Amino acid sequence: MSVSTLDPRAAKAVARRRERWASSRTYISAAIILIWCLLPFYWMIVTAFRDVGYTFDPTPWFTHVTWDNFTTVFSESLGNHFARNLLNSLIVASATTAVALLFGVFAAYALARLEFRFKFLVLGFVLGASMFPGVAIVTPLFQLFTNIGWFGTYQALIIPNISFVLPLTVYTLTSFFREMPWELEEAARIDGCTQGEAFRKVIMPLAAPAVFTTAILAFIGAWNEFLIASQLSSEATKTVTVAIAYFAGSQPHQEPYTAVMAAGTVVTIPLVILVLVFQRKIVAGLTAGAVK
Amino acid sequence: MSMQAEPLTRRGKKGTGAGPENKEVGQDRKQKTQGRAAALLIIPSMIVLGIVIVYPVVDAIVMSLQKDAGLDPATGSFVAGGFAGLYNYIHWILQQCNTPGGQASCPAGTLGSQFWSATGTTFLLTVITVALETVIGFWMAIIMSRTFRGRSALRAAVLVPWAIPTAVTAKLWFFIFAFDGIANTLFHTSILWTGSEVPARSAIIIADVWKTTPFMALLILAGLQMIPDQVYEAAKVDGATAWQRFTQITLPLVKPALMVAILFRTLDALRMYDLPAIMTAGANGTTTLSILVVNQIRIGFNSAAALSTITFLIIFIVAFIFVRFLGANAVESATNSGKVK
Amino acid sequence: MRHSRKFASLAAVSVLAMTLAACGGGGSGGGSTSGGLSGDAGANLDGRGPITYVQGKDNSNVVRPLVDKWNADPAHKNEQVTFKEQSDKADQQHDDLVQNFQAKNTGYDVVDVDVVWTAEFAAKGWLQPLKDKLAFDTTGFLPATVATATYKGTLYAAPQTSDGGILYYRKDLVPTPPKTWDEMMGMCPIAKKNNIDCYAGQFAQYEGLTVNAAEAINTAGGVIVDKNGKPAVNTPEAKAGLTNLVQAFKDGNIPKQAITYQEEQGRQSFEAGKLLFLRNWPYVYNLAKTDGSSVVKDKFGIAPLPGKTGPGASSLGGHNIAMSVYSKHKATAMDFMKFMTNEETEKFYATQGSLAPVRADLYADKDLVKQLPYLPVLLTSIQNAVPRPVSPFYPAVTQAVQINAYAALKGDKTVDQALTDMQAALAAAGSQ
Repeated sequence: MSVSTLDPRAAKAVARRRERWASSRTYISAAIILIWCLLPFYWMIVTAFRDVGYTFDPTPWFTHVTWDNFTTVFSESLGNHFARNLLNSLIVASATTAVALLFGVFAAYALARLEFRFKFLVLGFVLGASMFPGVAIVTPLFQLFTNIGWFGTYQALIIPNISFVLPLTVYTLTSFFREMPWELEEAARIDGCTQGEAFRKVIMPLAAPAVFTTAILAFIGAWNEFLIASQLSSEATKTVTVAIAYFAGSQPHQEPYTAVMAAGTVVTIPLVILVLVFQRKIVAGLTAGAVK
Repeated sequence: MSMQAEPLTRRGKKGTGAGPENKEVGQDRKQKTQGRAAALLIIPSMIVLGIVIVYPVVDAIVMSLQKDAGLDPATGSFVAGGFAGLYNYIHWILQQCNTPGGQASCPAGTLGSQFWSATGTTFLLTVITVALETVIGFWMAIIMSRTFRGRSALRAAVLVPWAIPTAVTAKLWFFIFAFDGIANTLFHTSILWTGSEVPARSAIIIADVWKTTPFMALLILAGLQMIPDQVYEAAKVDGATAWQRFTQITLPLVKPALMVAILFRTLDALRMYDLPAIMTAGANGTTTLSILVVNQIRIGFNSAAALSTITFLIIFIVAFIFVRFLGANAVESATNSGKVK
Repeated sequence: MRHSRKFASLAAVSVLAMTLAACGGGGSGGGSTSGGLSGDAGANLDGRGPITYVQGKDNSNVVRPLVDKWNADPAHKNEQVTFKEQSDKADQQHDDLVQNFQAKNTGYDVVDVDVVWTAEFAAKGWLQPLKDKLAFDTTGFLPATVATATYKGTLYAAPQTSDGGILYYRKDLVPTPPKTWDEMMGMCPIAKKNNIDCYAGQFAQYEGLTVNAAEAINTAGGVIVDKNGKPAVNTPEAKAGLTNLVQAFKDGNIPKQAITYQEEQGRQSFEAGKLLFLRNWPYVYNLAKTDGSSVVKDKFGIAPLPGKTGPGASSLGGHNIAMSVYSKHKATAMDFMKFMTNEETEKFYATQGSLAPVRADLYADKDLVKQLPYLPVLLTSIQNAVPRPVSPFYPAVTQAVQINAYAALKGDKTVDQALTDMQAALAAAGSQ
């Protein structure tokens, strides 16, 4: 308030200077974040493009550049079916995300909006899924799924994955739904919408950032799942994380670093593109919500 | 000032048209139908979780009450161990082993002697990584929430570490932290990253913070985006300093998202496996409970089942404390939903 | 909505299945390891039909051509082999096999097992004893490799490939390689003069350390587990062996960074010209000759591991091929095992995959030696090799060795204390 008593022109200059300082600080911070996040990734790419004969060469920039590692990754004659594996991962992760989000939205709506008994118990049960050591779940599940003939099927991978990402999905969505202006929904119902329509047309656009964030986290979680996939996938349903573990050097004891890094690069890039696309959706969702 | 202020005014506006009687009728109907509706909405999640979680947990508890198969010295074959009662649990918690001379404390080099140190390591790594990830993640989220050119590129870049499969990440850092690796080359140091306790733990912490901070940042960012700009503008007009705005607006409004993020990170960190397993194989004070479980699975399932159950209980207690006393808000506010409405 | 209903019903079905499985499996939970051992081992001995062969990642494309060759034979029209490839990681291979044996999977007919797992799987009743109708002739096989496949006097697997440690040395700096450990330590001043490190093996805390510690102990005349399977590591001989390594670390003859070395870090250091002596497997030979970054391409030679007076006692690596007791087609499985270990196949392993043969006469094969010049040295190594402890508790045994040896190498424990603890831990492992 004191600013207003000053000469307006001087005040403007101060404000502008302050703004410029703030924005340059933002850029500096952004640069630090970029370097921190991307430097190891950069090293991964450098290694991915390096001749296997120079695996341990610590030169920090691109030297001995070759596509060989990527060829190896996709080489069917070496028994790698990476394109197939990518497709499998896409199927598993998409199905997991879609179902987990659907179930998650249902459950979160109930938990955030409805009154019923045992709510605390339900929340505790949901969380329980994130408490048992993952490695201890594999053996019983393996026996269960082989008994019912699910070994090597997609659902044998998708259902455990759903349960792994569901707790986070339910909790995030519940906490965000709690903050929603539900009065708008009620208003919409009074305007003649059913409860479902009101939810879809009024609340969902507002919740879009949270929903898309949750979707991204769920998708990445499912995309990176390894334990279950390594035990329950067959040659036909093998996912990328498992495929990467199957890479080998041309000799026993030789660590296939360069091929693993190439595979890591191949796996990461679709996700980055996906995130870029989703980012737009988040922004779009936000503005849509604001307009309504 | 707070979030509730705005909805209240909104409701005030729209609510008047509805009339009070209408509301009461709705309230009445709610009581009857909500329970059933909630059940329908929750059941799909419960079923999926039931298959994948309840069955293995029950299975583990049953197994944990059996003795591991022992060797019949005459035939050299394994024979079933039979009912063990709580022996497997006592074995871990008191670090007591069967030795040729009867029950004794487990000698160094057995897994049984590592239970408490693994528990300590697990908690240490959890506390440090989660604390660092929260602080750095918050900072990243604040930067990402600002409007500037290249913002969406930054958001995509931040996700890169989280998007790389953990097994690849662990390999990458193992490679980076090798004695002749890029870290020592770049900084002209000759640290034995995986050769003693403090550097080995630091290496794991660095790798974990690098990998999972984006998860924190993204969740916090989503929380930040739910705060309407008007709230900040109002505060600015009121002359609140940046710090006041942070502690009195941002923090309380982001708290639900933040608590969920911290809760899940904590639960994940308590089950940390890949990074230490690949980077150090558990050497130099980096054996976590999950590594111990995996090593034990290779030796005896039933004892491993007991250890899994113990780990489960430890994590359960931590989660309970979180939810009850630290107010992981999803639960608190949800259970209080009636009151707030 | 349609999707969710489909999933819900799917889930409901599986819940039902779950309860059924729980009822069926609950009672036999503990008994599955010994259950009907004689029953399974006695069944399907004459069975013929398609089978599956399970092995870790086929690094150098060895298995696929062999399986193709088998399948192309018209005589095997009804006995086709499917190749199931596992991960490249030994631990994951082990866990996958255990998982499938426990589930009594009939789809794992013939499996490739690491030499150190053979005893465990045999004791658990998962491997078909190779006797009577299914006897396997091991004439011509190197005795040490047969020992890894034998448990309690019965053969449970056929040796398939072998591996032994050899000493790589810089022939430009050391004209004649050391024959004994003391001789090698005596040459370390040469390394110092050239400003490089002297000796390294695999000393990080992992399976490789068990290999190296066992070699040190065996070379000095000690044992980890005696002939009757009883731990006997707390002896003066074993102490002398472990002390050799500990002392070398103290003197700097083994560089301090070697405490973080697995196979690859040692190879890296040797190829960069920073190491005078390296204990490693034969795979280093070709890579050090051809790697672009190798500065020692023509400057290194190979020798048997240095011992007390003559060649040292290498630990034995390699794999055995075995038959699951749950296989329905054991006669076919037997034929396939013979095929996978015959002279021609063994030669193919060596030429195509640089895998060491288990048949002694191949080490004298002129063509082979021309292609793999390290074979004669490797033969010495394998002939003097001691298998790592053949114990059904191997996973616990290796933990006991690794953890205590590592503490001694780092100087956290005296050698005496380390061996006392190791002995106690080994004893506890055996009396679970």
